[in-house]
Amino acid sequence: MDLFEYQARDLFAKHGVPVLDGDVIETPEAARAIAERFGGRAVVKAQVKVGGRGKAGGVKLAADPADAVAKAEQILGMDIKGHTVHKVMLAQTADIKDEYYVSFLLDRTNRTFLAMASVEGGVEIEVVAEENPDALAKIPVDANEGCTPEKAAEIVAAAKFPAEVADQVADVLQKLWTVFIKEDALLVEVNPLIKSGEGKIIALDGKVSLDENAEFRQPEHEALEDKAAANPLEAAAKAKGLNYVKLDGSVGIIGNGAGLVMSTLDVVAYAGEKHGNVKPANFLDIGGGASAEVMANGLEIILGDADVKSVFVNVFGGITACDAVANGIVQALALLEEKGEAVTKPLVVRLDGNNAELGRQILTDANHPLVEQVDTMDGAADRAAELANK
Amino acid sequence: MAIFLTKDSKVIVQGMTGSEGMKHTRRMLASGTQIVGGVNPRKAGTTVDVDGTEVPVFGTVAEAIEKTGADVTVIFVPPKFTKDAVVEAIDAEIGLAVVITEGVPVHDTAAFWAYAGSKGNKTRIIGPNCPGLISPGQSNAGIIPADITKAGKIGLVSKSGTLTYQLMYELRDIGFSSAVGIGGDPVIGTTHIDALKAFQEDPETELIVMIGEIGGDAEERAAAYIAEHVTKPVVGYVAGFTAPEGKTMGHAGAIVSGSSGTAQAKKEALEAAGVKVGKTPSETARLARELFKG
Repeated sequence: MDLFEYQARDLFAKHGVPVLDGDVIETPEAARAIAERFGGRAVVKAQVKVGGRGKAGGVKLAADPADAVAKAEQILGMDIKGHTVHKVMLAQTADIKDEYYVSFLLDRTNRTFLAMASVEGGVEIEVVAEENPDALAKIPVDANEGCTPEKAAEIVAAAKFPAEVADQVADVLQKLWTVFIKEDALLVEVNPLIKSGEGKIIALDGKVSLDENAEFRQPEHEALEDKAAANPLEAAAKAKGLNYVKLDGSVGIIGNGAGLVMSTLDVVAYAGEKHGNVKPANFLDIGGGASAEVMANGLEIILGDADVKSVFVNVFGGITACDAVANGIVQALALLEEKGEAVTKPLVVRLDGNNAELGRQILTDANHPLVEQVDTMDGAADRAAELANK
Repeated sequence: MAIFLTKDSKVIVQGMTGSEGMKHTRRMLASGTQIVGGVNPRKAGTTVDVDGTEVPVFGTVAEAIEKTGADVTVIFVPPKFTKDAVVEAIDAEIGLAVVITEGVPVHDTAAFWAYAGSKGNKTRIIGPNCPGLISPGQSNAGIIPADITKAGKIGLVSKSGTLTYQLMYELRDIGFSSAVGIGGDPVIGTTHIDALKAFQEDPETELIVMIGEIGGDAEERAAAYIAEHVTKPVVGYVAGFTAPEGKTMGHAGAIVSGSSGTAQAKKEALEAAGVKVGKTPSETARLARELFKG
C-alpha cells in the first residue's frame, strides 16, 4: 500500500525523522489558519500518489494566509495524470541550501534490503541512476543486523555526503530504518532530504509503501487506506475477503489460484483479438477451495459490474475436485436467485482436473439456461469473448 | 531420482494439528509420503491418529529429528508464527523446509532468509506462499494434489500453484520426476535457478517446464542461467501479459513496476536463451509434448 506524502510525513515524525510542520486539508478555507500558524508563508502541495505533481502545477508557494486559501482552491480538484486532488498539504517553507536523496527498500533480486543514497537529490532518482549511476550509492543492509551506526556511516561515506552533514545524515538514516522496520515498510524514501540555511538536515518530501501482509501486527495501518479512491467494486470485494482487481474490459473472470487467473486474463485477451478486441473485466481469485459461498460472493461482485457482458468461470479441480466446484456453482446461482439477484449474463464454465467428468455432468443436469460449458481453457476463453462481443 | 524429495525422505509437519495441517498431513500420507511426526510444543508426547496411522507429536524440530531422523519439514503455521517456525527448522539444521503459509510479511521472510545464510545455508527453504513439491509415486511435501499426474520424466518449477496443477494434468501421460512450486512472494527461498540446476543434474529428468509470472527479474536471471548451464530442453510459460502496471495480481510479488517485471520482457529473455515459450498453458503443454523424446 502506497501512502500519501502527508501520511509518510506523519510516520517520519512518529519515529523522530526531522520534518517541517505541516497539515493536510480538504477545503480551501482551512488553509488560512494553518498558514497563520506558520507565520504567513506556506507551501501548498497536492496529495496524489503519482510522480511529477510539481511540473503539473500541483505545488505552489503562498505568500500569506489569503494566498494560501487561493492556492489551495486552485489545486484542490485538479487532475494530475488521472488522479483527482482531494487533499492538499500545507507545509512550512524551507530555506534549501542542498538537496539529497536517501531510501531503504527491498532488493528482490538479492533477497535482502538495500539502502540507496545520493547527494544529487531533488530530481527523479531514476534519472540519476540512469545518467550518473556513480552518484547513487547502493549498500545492502542485512535484515537481522539492520542499519547500525557503522552501516549508516558506510552509506554516508559511499554517497560522499559533505563532512559537515555526515553525522546528521547518519542519524536520519538510522531513524528511517526504524520507520522501515517498525512499520513493515517495503519502501521508505526521502527526496529531497535537504540541508537548510542553518545547516539542518530535514526530510522535505517522502514516499512510503507498506506491506499489506503485515496488517495483523499493524492495526493502525488500516486507517491509512485511501477508501475514497478505491473502486467501489474493489472495496466491496475486499469487504468479502475476495482478491479482486477491476480492469477495463467486458469479460468477467473468476478462477482459482493467482497464476491461473492471471493466465486466464491473458488467454481471454488473445481470444478477444478475434472478437472485437474484448478484454477481461477483472482479476478475481477465489482460492483453491472454491466453495459455494465464495463462488456466490465472487459472482455477485462480477455481475454487479455494469461493464461485464459475459462471465468466464475457469476452475482447475485439485484438492477441491470438480464435482464439488460444480455443486458450488449450482448452489451459488440458487443463492443469488434467492437474493433477487438472478444471473442475467451468460456464464461460460470450464472445469478441468480431478472428477472433471462428474463436475461437468452436474452442471449439465442443472441445465441452467445461461450456463454453458467448454472443456478446454482456450476454447472457453474464445466462447466467453464471443459472447461479450454480441 | 527426482529432486529435493524422494521416497526415502522422512517428513515432519510443523503445524500438523491445525485444520490445514491435519487435512494435508492426511493427503500427504495417502499419497505415500513417509510422515514421521508433527511438531507442536503444547501437544508434545501425544500421538495423532491420521486415518489409522499413529503420528507422534514432538515438542521441537530438533527433538523430532533426533527421534525419527526426519530430513524434511512442511510448515503450515499461521503467518504470525512462520518466522519462528522457519528459524527453529534452520537451527535444527533440517535439510529441507517447505513453507506453505500464505501472507507472511516480507520483513519476516527477509529475516529468516538472512538467518539461513548466516548459518551457512544448511537448510534448503522452499516458499513461503507455495504449494510445496511432489515427486510423484515417491513423496509429496505440501498441498499439490497427488492424483492428477504420475511419475515420469518431466521436471517442473513454477511460481504458481494452480498453473502447476494445470500443466501436471495436461502432461499426465508423460509424467513428472518432480514438480516444485517455489511460490509467488517477493522474497522466496528456492528459486527457478536452484530447481533448473537440480533438474539438469537429475538423470531421470529429460525435459524441464518452467512457469513464471510478472514481477521481479527471476525469469530473466533463469534465462541467463539456462543459456549458460542447461542442456536439457526447456519449455516456458509466463502469466500476466495483460496485468496493468502497479496492480498486485493476487501474489504479493506479482506486480509490474514501471518497465520492470513485465511478462513480455520475461518471454523475450527466455526465448533468447532457446526456451520455447507457450502463449497459453495448453500451448505450453503441446510444446513440451513435441520436444519430449521419451
